[in-house]
Amino acid sequence: MNFRVHVRVMPRTGLLDPQGQAVEHALGALGFGEAGDVRVGRAIELYLAASSRAEAEARTRQMCDKLLANPVTEDYLLQVEEG
Amino acid sequence: MLHVAVVRFPGSNCDFDALRAAERGGANAYFVWHRDNDLKGADVVLLPGGFSYGDYLRSGAIARFSPVMQAVRRHAESGGPVLGICNGFQILCEAHLLPGALMRNAGLSFVSKPVDVIVERPDTAFTSAYEAGQRLRLPVAHGEGRFVAADDTLRELEAEGRVVLRYVAASEASPYQPNPNGSANHIAGICNPAGNVVGIMPHPERADDPLLGLGDGAGFFTSISKASVR
Repeated sequence: MNFRVHVRVMPRTGLLDPQGQAVEHALGALGFGEAGDVRVGRAIELYLAASSRAEAEARTRQMCDKLLANPVTEDYLLQVEEG
Repeated sequence: MLHVAVVRFPGSNCDFDALRAAERGGANAYFVWHRDNDLKGADVVLLPGGFSYGDYLRSGAIARFSPVMQAVRRHAESGGPVLGICNGFQILCEAHLLPGALMRNAGLSFVSKPVDVIVERPDTAFTSAYEAGQRLRLPVAHGEGRFVAADDTLRELEAEGRVVLRYVAASEASPYQPNPNGSANHIAGICNPAGNVVGIMPHPERADDPLLGLGDGAGFFTSISKASVR
């Protein structure tokens, strides 16, 4: 089976995210003062072949732990869909 | 004569400076390409600054998987001295040869200027030319130099005396901003528990001759020649 996996990598909560702060300030300057707690992360999409959804998720977790995310500074979320 | 391998990745840009500084320190220095599988009998390994693999994904994240890094890991694990400067420091953290990570500077800007640091570990292969507590003026040039680590890792680094360089507060003696990137505990450089793997954000290879405006970095390379040849 083929799966499409969406990986969302975000700076860990509690760590300073200067990119998020800069975007928040820019939003404020544009009149979107109601926006707060802006954080900037990274989205990665990939296809992979796996025998099951669980295997697709497990393999992608390994990819995240080894390369796609830095375990010291980032957390990640996976979304797996068939296709 | 001491053999010093300077590892070049696609995007390294301080490689010639590092090579020349090692030569001026008295070593036989040569380049090793990232696809090489061995270090050609190196006694000491330098990972120079730059933007390996365009800093794709994260600084140092892709370089970590270069074939040469297997040889660097073996060299480090057998006690061989390794110095990562700037991007080299980022690569050592990504390769888990050093703990922690280097994140985007707190001020967001790329910072390129001299800073003052204190040598806290004069007993490594790269800092033996200095005294404990000696103040050095060295240039930094980085956008992602904010050292961070888990609280217990930071406590361990401090308790074990593994902070090699620390940014010092501005004073009348120094007009420079104390901590250019917001790093935890003002850390500018650390080492592994054995002390043979060192990572630093400042660039001593750009400051090894008063003709360059700064000469305090020369000690990193004269220290190497005092390191025991294995």
